[in-house]
Amino acid sequence: MTILNDPVSAKLGDRAQLSYITSQAADARLNVELETEGMTLNIGPQNPATHGTLRIIARLDGEQVLWAEPSCGYMHRGYEKLTEVRSFPQVTSLINRIDWLGSFANEVPFILAAEKLMGVEAPPRAQWIRTILFELSRIANVSLFLGDLGVQLGAITPVFMAFRDREYVLNLIESATGGRFHPNFDRIGGLKDDLPAGWIDETKSVMKKLRNFCDEIESLLFGNEIFQSRTRGIGVIPRDVAMQYGLSGANLRASGVDWDLRRDQDSPMAWNKVDFKVWTHPDGDSFARCWVRLQETREATKIVDQLLDGIPAGPVMAKVPKIIKVPEGEAWVSTENPLGEMGYYVVSRGDSGPFRVKIRSASFNNISITPWLLRGVYVPDIITILASLYFILGDIDR
Amino acid sequence: MYSLLAVVIPYWGQSLLRVLGGLVAVLLPAGTIVYVFLFKMMSFMQSRLGPMEAGPYGSMQLFAEVGKWLQKEDIQPHNADKRIFRMAPIIVLMSTFLLVAVVPFGPDAWFTNFETGVFYALAVSSISVLGILMAGWSSANKYSLLGGLRAAGQLIAYELPMVLAVMGVVIQAGTMNLQQIVLAQNAGSIFGTDIVGNPYVLTQFVGFVVFMIAVQAELTQAPFDMPIAESELVSGYMTEYSGFRFLIFFIGEFATAGVFAMIASTLFLGGWGVPFSWFGWTSMDSVANWMNVAGPLIVFTKMMVLVFLIMWIRFSYPRFREDQLQRFAWKVLIPISLANIMVTAVLKVAF
Repeated sequence: MTILNDPVSAKLGDRAQLSYITSQAADARLNVELETEGMTLNIGPQNPATHGTLRIIARLDGEQVLWAEPSCGYMHRGYEKLTEVRSFPQVTSLINRIDWLGSFANEVPFILAAEKLMGVEAPPRAQWIRTILFELSRIANVSLFLGDLGVQLGAITPVFMAFRDREYVLNLIESATGGRFHPNFDRIGGLKDDLPAGWIDETKSVMKKLRNFCDEIESLLFGNEIFQSRTRGIGVIPRDVAMQYGLSGANLRASGVDWDLRRDQDSPMAWNKVDFKVWTHPDGDSFARCWVRLQETREATKIVDQLLDGIPAGPVMAKVPKIIKVPEGEAWVSTENPLGEMGYYVVSRGDSGPFRVKIRSASFNNISITPWLLRGVYVPDIITILASLYFILGDIDR
Repeated sequence: MYSLLAVVIPYWGQSLLRVLGGLVAVLLPAGTIVYVFLFKMMSFMQSRLGPMEAGPYGSMQLFAEVGKWLQKEDIQPHNADKRIFRMAPIIVLMSTFLLVAVVPFGPDAWFTNFETGVFYALAVSSISVLGILMAGWSSANKYSLLGGLRAAGQLIAYELPMVLAVMGVVIQAGTMNLQQIVLAQNAGSIFGTDIVGNPYVLTQFVGFVVFMIAVQAELTQAPFDMPIAESELVSGYMTEYSGFRFLIFFIGEFATAGVFAMIASTLFLGGWGVPFSWFGWTSMDSVANWMNVAGPLIVFTKMMVLVFLIMWIRFSYPRFREDQLQRFAWKVLIPISLANIMVTAVLKVAF
């Protein structure tokens, strides 16, 4: 009889006490009837936010996420297994399709691993052109991210600017390699072809356009108060958590870790011939990740400009046998791809094809942090966080 | 309208004309807005051309779109509450038709001339919340439900700054009759200068800004399009609608944009009138008869200017999060509009 001992009801008369108890009971019943239960929301595999077929299973309390879990594999194509029945030159056409926005960058670490096993080194001109194309595919990839970011947050115009200016870069890649999206240009021991005439001047003017595009996006999107209020302080990844989850690329650098494989590892590529700044941001929130990517796009255009100035003359292909047989051995090569660290662990048994290839793609590790990151955020923030983590579905599912 | 073109129109004729005029006043602006702003202006802002094939510069595209929507299968989810599901889009569109009834288009060209026109307009504009909530709930879809609830919270929150912003106009004009508000603006003067009359966008600028922001939110246009939020909720409360029912929602969205812009131009930009001092008019009776023909065109022009503002913002801003949006309404817009009412009242007494 807790109600009767209630100090309020003790002061009342009998009738008043009765009505007081009745009203309390009605309140209690109402509270039981209105007790809410959670809702499980499947974001994806066909949701526009997941650009691809990633599925986020989110348990919601109203608009708040209690827990969320990514479920991937809806687009698994079995590339690791397929490489075992392909010869070494054939593998590049498969791995082009992993991160389909920056295809050329996928080929490079695999070819470098094969070259390492064979003991071949591409001539300097080939390495420089490789690096240029690598950075161009980074620009093609990240510039689309910068536009898509707007569309995820509700601004529909930036994405068209991104598609417009990305087109120039794709045209450059096409004129050099013959393929817009999937160049399939890298060969063991060098490149398929030399650069076409006039390509260098053309590239320089395009790099200027891309720097303008970065300025445009910065003023249109990054300076916008709504954009800042949507991204600042949302999805904060502290430095140690980022390292524990094995994040790489801009996601790691946005958490304040100064780590870039282009600068920090000894590679045959031409990155050590140019000077560039590795951008980091101390905040670790969504805004920091977007901002670091914006700066990296600018930096990549400068790298391309420097490389174009100092491109050496000479052949683009080393002497390699017509039929490639890779000697027995194992090699691990990783590079700083647009999405983060991408590496191939290639095991060869002396055949014309690899015995086993393990692909370490950046997005798979980058989205592994989402259950930790999405706990307790609002539904719109899921979209912000997924957009700022930036994954390509092909890079997750391979 | 009784003496329009010096012909006496019987009562049934007047009623018929009003119904037809209501249809024209809702559908014509909606079509123009969709073509001029959604098809063309958005395309030019995004460095593309927009529809170009159907008719000259794609001007017939709208008819093609309507034909496409009419042909589409009308899908109703299995678990949907069918009756409510079918009713929802009609209720949304109904509020638009009710709203246009009080907009004056000329000295005699009006559908109804309420003494409490402002009050009525603000009241019927919130009927669409019911339709949206019904659509969200009856679709049996979690995205729709989230979208519908977000819409309800947002529309109710922004109703308040809207009402409070209009209060300033009502205080200054001293009437709730929209026709009288038009008269007060065009026959008025600012500090004795009557060259532009007294459009309240000048004297009630704060109220105008608050009103336009609230309109943007009421229309669920970006940056307040959280209820639709196509990147997360697919299409919010409209997710499960297809074919003709979706078309009704679509018309409702843009027709309401047009009608809200007409109300805003009536309240703040002088409505159908031109400054009376230009032609030496002094009162409503002295206004020339040709204003009944020119008036609708003037309202239409002012509406297009205001819709341009709405769409410009829509195409370039990212969207607010739901809680930020509520905070903006309650902590920024409502205090500002309350202060505006206070200042207006004090100045009204002082002058």
